[in-house]
Amino acid sequence: MMGTGKTLLEVRGLTANVAGVPILKGIDLVVREGEIHAIMGPNGSGKSTFAKVLAGHPAYEVTGGTVLFEGRDLLTLPPEERARAGIFLGFQYPVEIPGVTNSAFLRLAYNTVHSARGKDELDPLEFDDFIREKMKLLEMDPAFLDRSVNEGFSGGEKKRNEILQLAALEPKLAILDETDSGLDIDALRVVANGVNGLLRPDNAFVLVTHYQRLLNYIVPHYVHVMQGGRIIKTGGKELALELENRGYDWVVDEYKSVTA
Amino acid sequence: MSTTAVHPYIESLLTGTRELATTPHPWLNERRGAALERANALSVPTTRDEDWRFTDLTQLTRLQLRPANPSRGAVSAETVQPCVVPEAGARLVFVDGHFAPELSVESEAASGARVTSLTAALKTEAQRLEPYLARIASVDGNVFAALNTAHLRDAAVVLIGKGAACAKPVHLLFIATQADTAQYPRCIVLAEAQCECTVIEEYVALSEDVYFTNALTEVNVASEARLRHIKLQRESGRAFHIASCTAAIAKDATYVSQTITLGARLSRYELNIGLNAEGANAEIDGLALISNRQLADTHTLIDHAKPNGRSAQLHKTIVDGAAHAVFNGKILVRPGAQLTDSAQESRNLLLSDKATVDTKPQLEIFADDVKCAHGATVGQLDAEQLFYLRSRGLPERAARNLLTYAFGASVIERIPVPSVVGRLERTVMAQTGAAA
Repeated sequence: MMGTGKTLLEVRGLTANVAGVPILKGIDLVVREGEIHAIMGPNGSGKSTFAKVLAGHPAYEVTGGTVLFEGRDLLTLPPEERARAGIFLGFQYPVEIPGVTNSAFLRLAYNTVHSARGKDELDPLEFDDFIREKMKLLEMDPAFLDRSVNEGFSGGEKKRNEILQLAALEPKLAILDETDSGLDIDALRVVANGVNGLLRPDNAFVLVTHYQRLLNYIVPHYVHVMQGGRIIKTGGKELALELENRGYDWVVDEYKSVTA
Repeated sequence: MSTTAVHPYIESLLTGTRELATTPHPWLNERRGAALERANALSVPTTRDEDWRFTDLTQLTRLQLRPANPSRGAVSAETVQPCVVPEAGARLVFVDGHFAPELSVESEAASGARVTSLTAALKTEAQRLEPYLARIASVDGNVFAALNTAHLRDAAVVLIGKGAACAKPVHLLFIATQADTAQYPRCIVLAEAQCECTVIEEYVALSEDVYFTNALTEVNVASEARLRHIKLQRESGRAFHIASCTAAIAKDATYVSQTITLGARLSRYELNIGLNAEGANAEIDGLALISNRQLADTHTLIDHAKPNGRSAQLHKTIVDGAAHAVFNGKILVRPGAQLTDSAQESRNLLLSDKATVDTKPQLEIFADDVKCAHGATVGQLDAEQLFYLRSRGLPERAARNLLTYAFGASVIERIPVPSVVGRLERTVMAQTGAAA
């Protein structure tokens, strides 16, 4: 499967600014169906910015390069159309929305995304059955359906709620931004099992993470190291372990010696 | 002594008051006469008055208004139907300020609450009304209250018996149909000891006319009673609505006020709550959702006069277009009102660059052992919340509408009448949708 699937995402020379400051300085990345990619790197390397740019966050200004998703120009699409096309961003800090119940939000998202893909909408009762099944897999208390979106949820509960949305929306490409941060080991295992259960031959995952820990549970096909707004090294799953043992400096030194 | 000339606008509004039929109740005739004198002596407030700084009545004073005609030709049972609250056990309908018995469903005391017109109530309940009617609300410094009382001819009367637990709400519906008229809706709600009841006071219009509603409501909540008072203001977008409500709350009684303001070119609501005995409680929710060039002004006074009183107030505004919301929330804790527990929040959402809000919490505390918290915020829709919703497939407009609705939802959803909540949800969604 690896390396032979259909290309989902093709990023070439992507550059982007935040508030006029260049953060992404030329990213190249190809993700094919059936693949799990991990993007690692020290704080401030641009990992989260890359994730948000792919999802279409309006605060990030793309200044150059191309991003094709299934051959379509992704950068001209507003965030909602990217979601309907099959992109999903799991937020590092899921947003609290007081006054909107989680069940209403999940159903609205489900119906918007799936009707755009030609599927039937679910009425509240049908959706309730559907979402409760998904919650079981994530060991989530159904009481979370009646609460406001993420409001008062613990860090772990918020991340499970992200994976629940992932499970409901069935994206082709899921980008999980630091999904492991703030999770205790049990929550990490549940979240990882959820993700592993969702991988299919026709979808793909990009895991943005600072630590190797998550990759004990979700084994990537590729590990990329980001530094200074670029991907400076790509390897297999063993690279993650090496980074865990040796830190990032040696990769940076190696990159400097090559580019010097 | 020099005599002051009557304000010409007030004089025009007093047209017809001198011709009001004398009632068989001298006390009522006297109070009406006194109000007429007060109205003659007062002038229309201007923005130089501190209480009216942001609310300019110039446009109102330029209107040529006439008294509303008592003919109710425009309104049939079918026209009332969309406004009916199915949960309600009794309904009084007033058309342009005039009672419409054929559209109303009155109720007898045996059902827990006697709900009827003042004309009918005075025949048998005059003694019960005398201590309260035109007594709870002072007309001294309030020209609009004085005008309303000077015009007092009929009113919606709700008399809730001692210990009555009314499961069904009472609906008081005021429908405006005639352009260029001044209308004087009036309500009096007397809740006897240990009773429990919900009263919905609603203002609607049949068309987008210019008219003036000058409304006055008096409420008395006797000891250990619990009264919920829901006010829905859905006037024409070109109307003027100036209303006041004075509520007197007795020992260990609770008054819950939930006010939703959607309509009127200019609206003003003055809510005066007297927590007049130990352990009296008030819960006050307000939501104003306005757009275009609307102005919605809410002035509240919560008067903690005795110890152990509690008040909790949440006032929200959603302001779009070039609209302007005003909130002045005064909390008075009198000397001796120890152990008062009072919380006030003013939350304001501005949806456009031209929208404005003026909010002023005003605490005057003359007791030393009290807990008073207050806070005010003014903000816009949160960019991260918008992105979060859009990243889940919601179009930007739907995301904005949902967040706007969510802001107001906390007030709307606390109204325990499902049909009212449903109708407000649809109205708010439509209104925010049209404005987005």
